[in-house]
Amino acid sequence: MRSDNSIKASGSSLFSKESIISFAILAGILLVILPLVLSDFRLNLTGKYLCYAFVALGLVMCWGHAGILSLGQGLFFGLGGYAMAMFLKLEASDPESTSIQTTPGIPDFMDWNQVTELPWFWLPFKSFPITVLLIFVLPMVFGYVLSRFYFKGRVGSVVFAILTQSFVACVWFAIVGNQGYFGGINGITDLKTLLGWDIRTTGAQRTLYFLCVVLLLGSIVLCRWLLSLRFGRVLVAQRDKEERVRFSGYDIAGFRIFVFCVAAVISSVGGAMFTLQVGFMSPNLIGVVPSIDMVIFAAVGGRLSLFGAVYGTLVVSLAKTLFSEGYPNMWMFFYGSLFIVIVLFLPRGLAGLYGDHLRPALMRVFGGKQAADSPDSSDKATTSDSSDGTKSQQSEA
Amino acid sequence: MTDTDFLLAVEDLTVSFDGFKAVDSLTFYVDYDELRVIIGPNGAGKTTVLDLISGKTKASEGSIKFKNGEIRGKREYEIVRAGIGRKFQTPSIYEDLTVYENLEISFPWGRTVWGSVRFKRTKDIDEKIKSVAADIYLDEQLDEKAALLSHGQKQWLEIGMLLVQDPELMLLDEPVAGMSVTEREATVALLKRVSKGRAIIIIEHDMDFVEQIANRVTVLHMGKIIAEGKMDEIKQNEQVQKVYLGD
Repeated sequence: MRSDNSIKASGSSLFSKESIISFAILAGILLVILPLVLSDFRLNLTGKYLCYAFVALGLVMCWGHAGILSLGQGLFFGLGGYAMAMFLKLEASDPESTSIQTTPGIPDFMDWNQVTELPWFWLPFKSFPITVLLIFVLPMVFGYVLSRFYFKGRVGSVVFAILTQSFVACVWFAIVGNQGYFGGINGITDLKTLLGWDIRTTGAQRTLYFLCVVLLLGSIVLCRWLLSLRFGRVLVAQRDKEERVRFSGYDIAGFRIFVFCVAAVISSVGGAMFTLQVGFMSPNLIGVVPSIDMVIFAAVGGRLSLFGAVYGTLVVSLAKTLFSEGYPNMWMFFYGSLFIVIVLFLPRGLAGLYGDHLRPALMRVFGGKQAADSPDSSDKATTSDSSDGTKSQQSEA
Repeated sequence: MTDTDFLLAVEDLTVSFDGFKAVDSLTFYVDYDELRVIIGPNGAGKTTVLDLISGKTKASEGSIKFKNGEIRGKREYEIVRAGIGRKFQTPSIYEDLTVYENLEISFPWGRTVWGSVRFKRTKDIDEKIKSVAADIYLDEQLDEKAALLSHGQKQWLEIGMLLVQDPELMLLDEPVAGMSVTEREATVALLKRVSKGRAIIIIEHDMDFVEQIANRVTVLHMGKIIAEGKMDEIKQNEQVQKVYLGD
């Protein structure tokens, strides 16, 4: 019952009053309040967390709305992250600054591993335009190839989740095992400049933070737009009534592949922004554990809520930082309990909490006019769980 | 196999699950303007026949020709696009969409990813949806959520979702299950009206309904056809009485 309700939500108008207000609040927090309140160090940390919000956003699309759980989104985050890191590494490895190496002009870790020539697959990353292009194209290609056969062959969603998990494990081993080509377990480090612009200064990090937020907000608008189309309705319909959609003449596999690729591309952009803001990329940032973290971010935020993805990522990451600073030994227990509480009591995450409790309260405070504008007034919310669900999902999808 | 003038020609159709033949060398033909009812005791293979025609289950042997083209082995969506609509046993509708939106999502345009991105609600689509809604007695409920409809109205809505696609062959699995007497009569009128220019295959248990609606009746037992003909003839058939009507 509950899941059906979001069909309506995703079909609701693109620029409803409420979604504009929610968008403005998020933009205000990220673009104005946080930069004013936080120290440079904390702002950079927030920027780093927001990169994971891209992945959570992708999961809201493919898991929340289309029912495709991927436990391997780190793979796509890594594609973007490594693409950007490879470009930056090549820029940092000009012959002059690497003159002490046996082979000057190649990344340092290659030299340490007796690689004497730049491998062919590094060549495209000499060009910035091609790198940017690849940040979009690589996840599309990987997403398509990895999902096509499974969706055409109608693999169950649990099996697909496990498969994605094993993809990301394979990639982790491939990177770690090929130290000379990808920097191994240490990752690609010591990144300095982007087209001559030093990305390590506080000024640059501030600029990158704003770029990251703008891209994230842009991705939210893109997702919101997709969900407002017939496309979005079909996604939710095939999640809830697969057979009916099939027997209405839809080839569901195409829709699944497409939304999986959309999620992949968004994740990849987040990965690229991560490399820029943090200054390195390593396999432990994209492996099995981070991939599961990303699912937790989406679950905590509410897997049907685009805004929830951002808030969920920030809240969990903040909790992670605070707890792990305060109680380094106890941290994992807190983290585990947080997830259990969410699964047991808040299946729709923070977005559900907002929709069930905060929003009705706000409606009462701001009174009649807004409540009348909204299709589900608060009296209906109390009558059944299902109309409750509609409300929250409508307001936050 | 052979060329056929029939809208649907099923010949020697067989499917076996681990050696058990759920449907065993079935041959029957259905033509335009026909209302065919398939009856039979539980486990006779009735729903399996619909599954085979609509591509949900793959046949082991035989052929299914629709408008003289082989459809056996095609994917569900290809069969739907060829002109065969299927209604499920329990109403399968999108509960939280309105009646209008339920019909709209079934409209046969924009069924690919790009099509669904470009889809716009045009005047033609709007008119088609409204005319179908009138056919299924739901023109007053267009803006109501499907979840709020009565069980019978949900059945009609799903029939409407097929009608929007203008299928030449409709497969209906127990369309009057759970309906009141008045709803059932309205359904008889509805199906008689919409069978013009197309064919309908119905699976049904309700004998009163079958008598009212069927042009021809096919009786299945253990995956085989044991009788076929008009309802009167079927009722006289001794074998049918034995296996189905019970004695």
